[in-house]
Amino acid sequence: MSLFDIAFYFFALITVASAALVVFSRNIIYSAFALLFTFFGVAGLYALLGADFVAVAQLLIYVGGILVLLLFGVMLTTKLVSVDMKTGTLQALPATLLFAAVAGALSGVYIITDWNVLAGAPDAATTAVTIGDMFLTTWLLPFEIASVVLLVALVGAAMIARRDARSKPTQQAAL
Amino acid sequence: MLEQYIPIGFMFIVAIIFGIVMSKLSEWLGPKNPNDVKLSTYESGMEPVLSARERVSVKYYMVAMLFILFDIEVVFLYPWAVNFRSLGLFGFVEMLVFTVVLMLGYIYLLKKGALKWQ
Repeated sequence: MSLFDIAFYFFALITVASAALVVFSRNIIYSAFALLFTFFGVAGLYALLGADFVAVAQLLIYVGGILVLLLFGVMLTTKLVSVDMKTGTLQALPATLLFAAVAGALSGVYIITDWNVLAGAPDAATTAVTIGDMFLTTWLLPFEIASVVLLVALVGAAMIARRDARSKPTQQAAL
Repeated sequence: MLEQYIPIGFMFIVAIIFGIVMSKLSEWLGPKNPNDVKLSTYESGMEPVLSARERVSVKYYMVAMLFILFDIEVVFLYPWAVNFRSLGLFGFVEMLVFTVVLMLGYIYLLKKGALKWQ
């Protein structure tokens, strides 16, 4: 077992174990925090496969951003002290059927697909340099359009905030 | 190929060990003379009046949302930053366009008062 294998199983263990915790935890806050380790483990796997830029993006966006948003979502939508925080088991039969269907489909794809197998670990060269070079030369237009997409998202966020300000009196009354 | 990640791995291990050792050391070595004032939730502060496990204001969600947007901008800055020298002025102008477009959004937010804490 090489160093690569050890690192792979280490990150795979972190990912799978914390993902199991996300699903099986009875408290949604614990699930959200366990998701932190799932994202981290996936970032480790990306780095291991030589996709260091994807790993950095995963850490920055998912671990740094999406998870914060998720936690805020949890804290906004439910009362943490009341019982509706807990997740129960319901609709066991449809859930089992759905699980069997999804698991079957995924296993089928895994078996049928002719995977492109590389001999040995990927090249060490950092991908960020290549990606940056492509972004600012060949794929310049999509790159600049990405900034416009982000601008639209910013404007949308401003719209939400403005509506929030307008409905402030009713919100105060509710509080 | 894994050799370049050894410093990061080392850093992680040192950080984890440091965190555990420091908290345990202060637990073992620190003198413990508790009294009512020390054991209050915020020593020398205000007495908590309500449970902390309340719904937080929706305004925080706005902040988190804006944080993600600028977080994504940073992800786009990173591949440019590693190529900064080789791309030179051309790359700089391109990045300037990118940043100015986002800056417009930021100014729009400021003007709309989205960042004001009402």
